[in-house]
Amino acid sequence: MLETFLGNLDKLLLVVFGLSALVAAAMMIVLRHPMQVAMALISTMVFLAGIYGLVGVHFIAAFQVLIYVSAVMVFMVYVIMLLDVRDPSFTRRFSALLVPGLAGGALLLAALAWAFWHGVFAPGGGTAAYGLQPFAIAFLNEYWLHFELTSVLLLAAVVAALAVIKVSRNIHG
Amino acid sequence: MDKVQFLLFIAVTLFAIGLLGVIVRRNLLVMLMCMELMLNGVILSLVTFAQQTGTTSGAVLVFLIFVVAAAEIAIAIPIVLLLVRQKHTLEAAAYGDLKG
Repeated sequence: MLETFLGNLDKLLLVVFGLSALVAAAMMIVLRHPMQVAMALISTMVFLAGIYGLVGVHFIAAFQVLIYVSAVMVFMVYVIMLLDVRDPSFTRRFSALLVPGLAGGALLLAALAWAFWHGVFAPGGGTAAYGLQPFAIAFLNEYWLHFELTSVLLLAAVVAALAVIKVSRNIHG
Repeated sequence: MDKVQFLLFIAVTLFAIGLLGVIVRRNLLVMLMCMELMLNGVILSLVTFAQQTGTTSGAVLVFLIFVVAAAEIAIAIPIVLLLVRQKHTLEAAAYGDLKG
């Protein structure tokens, strides 16, 4: 009994993490205040990191927590704290596109359910876990140019952020 | 349901919820966060396919997407702050006069 439970523990955890990520994502639509939405998004990302850890790509789980949850979402939370809480968009949640958006979302979900029912996504295949070593070898042997290009992109992002601040200063003195 | 199918189901549902959030919410920051949710769904599907085929290039792509997402949010939030300082509101409908 205990052995079968422990043997299926990873599958159970995968289902729990996946469904929790979906629930937290649905909370993002429903919750009112942006800070609550940010907390729901952070929990979705942490559950996704748990999924990555369970399927064996631990370094992607670490990147998810380090880059997304720490860097991106902390930045987002600071910006929400900077802004005025009396903004009307903080109290009224939905735009005028609520009904067409819900209809489109229902259609999209129906199309996805149809695709699953007819087996568009092939099951199976090896879910072989690979560690950091093959990733690092492939990364620095084959993808070094892409890595350098992303560093150029980050530099361009820094310059663009400075330019946006300069525009803001020119407008407001 | 197979493990790969379950993960793909999670991925496409996250993408659909994020798209719905971008359409129905009125706050600019919430719309940005829903776009991040869509990106997370895509990353999950990429990891699942990379696991299914046993290649490392999927993981490399995921790493590059993380970097690009960080750069994207570092640009998007100053632009949102700049817009808010001009119109003093976060409502997406208030920026309907922007052109081109």
